[in-house]
Amino acid sequence: MANNVAVVGIGQTKHNTQRNELSMPGLVREAATRALEDAQMTWADIDAVVIGKAPDTFEGVMMPELFLADALGAPGKPMLRVHTAGSVGGSTAMVAAGLVKAGVHERVLTVAYEKQSESNAMWALAMKIPFAPPLVAGAGGYFAPYVRAYIERHDVPDDIGIKVAVKDTNNGVLNPYAHKQMTVTYDEVRDSMMLWDPIRFLESCPSSDGACALVLTSEAHAASGKLPPAWVHGMAWRSEPTMLARQDKVNPRAGQECARDVYAQAGITDPRRDIDCAEVYVPFSWFEPKWLENLFFAPEGEGWKLTESGATSLDGDIPWNMSGGVICSNPIGASGMLRFAEAAMQVRGQAGAHQVDGAATALGHAYGGGSQFFAMWIVRNTKP
Amino acid sequence: MSGATDTGDTDAPADLVTGIVVPIHVEYEYTAGEAASRFLSHIPERRLVGQRHGDHGLVYVPPRGSDPANGEPTDQDVELTDQGTVTTFCIVNVPFAGQAVECPYVCAQILLDGADITFQALIQEAEVSQIHPGMRVEAVWVDDPEPTLESIRYFRPSGEPDATPESYKDHM
Repeated sequence: MANNVAVVGIGQTKHNTQRNELSMPGLVREAATRALEDAQMTWADIDAVVIGKAPDTFEGVMMPELFLADALGAPGKPMLRVHTAGSVGGSTAMVAAGLVKAGVHERVLTVAYEKQSESNAMWALAMKIPFAPPLVAGAGGYFAPYVRAYIERHDVPDDIGIKVAVKDTNNGVLNPYAHKQMTVTYDEVRDSMMLWDPIRFLESCPSSDGACALVLTSEAHAASGKLPPAWVHGMAWRSEPTMLARQDKVNPRAGQECARDVYAQAGITDPRRDIDCAEVYVPFSWFEPKWLENLFFAPEGEGWKLTESGATSLDGDIPWNMSGGVICSNPIGASGMLRFAEAAMQVRGQAGAHQVDGAATALGHAYGGGSQFFAMWIVRNTKP
Repeated sequence: MSGATDTGDTDAPADLVTGIVVPIHVEYEYTAGEAASRFLSHIPERRLVGQRHGDHGLVYVPPRGSDPANGEPTDQDVELTDQGTVTTFCIVNVPFAGQAVECPYVCAQILLDGADITFQALIQEAEVSQIHPGMRVEAVWVDDPEPTLESIRYFRPSGEPDATPESYKDHM
């Protein structure tokens, strides 16, 4: 019988273009210290540390977990590093939760980060591969064609991406930790530069420095925190090959199967009805309608209708990306964990101005790579 | 509510060393492997030869040596042409370091005739506004092709009528 897992401490940094006053160890420590404070624990209370980040080439520091061990109080304790591209923040939280669930450790600190100002992610993702054609577009250029395919496949109105960007960007103003702190109008998003047509500048995530940390415990320590815990009711991850013939990159099968798995664990049969709010990895605004379908909040081809109706707004019936999401902050390695953290903050009632009243069940979601790594969890304010 | 929480974000003191630039250089040996070597050996003849597992496997180009669906080796060669169909695309307007072409340009997914997987390629010799899904394109080769995919400079419209959506809808 697996143990229950409780989220008893949550911390994050202020995310920004450059956190120049902090080194990489300082960045992770800022988030970890806040999570410990929220958990009312000290470094000595932690049994193991699980850290995650995106590819090492992003900062040019190989195996950063080695030099970050001291800053995270890990010497003398087990420490693991996780990597699953952009979904890594979610996968890292799941590895940590798995250690608790399996009864290996009682109190685990998990941290994810990226310090993009010390890197050039565009370069890191576009390194020349021998014998291959030169990659000609970067990450936005990789995803934009599939956004176009989504729009054309379902004859979607071409301004849904604008509407998502307005919603998420304005939500970010309610979140003091969010990188982007700006209100935008429909016209401002529409008139912003078309970077990778059909994706505009204000429909894209920023490049951020930031970290996120969680303290996860067994039931025995679940009352440790300042607030009652968020309980993990389901977690699932899936992958599929990057290059698979006849793969549907608009509505990836791995995402659908991951969602079915996590819903089955949590007893969710109708996600829109059974989940109170969701924090979903949307790095380009057009991914909201795509993921609404992939995660079964709407039938295939109709996700955009939820966005257009306002259902995913903070005051809608199924708010998505209350924190401002990845559109407002993208410390890549931390981005997945920030989604998991926001879900837990919502059910603990600690989300401040972006709190959804009475949120009892929330979904945290992350994806990475070429849409082929997925990680999801469902948290509630009641014990499984 | 913004600013109600002390997020701890502060400006760096003026005398703090906040960063130094350290260029790194990576040089490595790359083993192409049996499947890629077979594929690349045909490039100087301007031939694109895909691979599949067995008689009924899906055709991969460029081949990576195994069928990702089952891990089996792609042991059969399948002769393709250097013509194909644009399945989807984006128009790149953002300049970045090391970019080889002038903005705006089109980055497309192309399904070569006879292949089951698309690959990303540059489209040139066309107004970006003309490019659309279903458009037929052909490879433009360098004068003296060597065994590398850089021997294809780009693809350009071939002038043939558009392919039907049914012919590429399952190959996004």
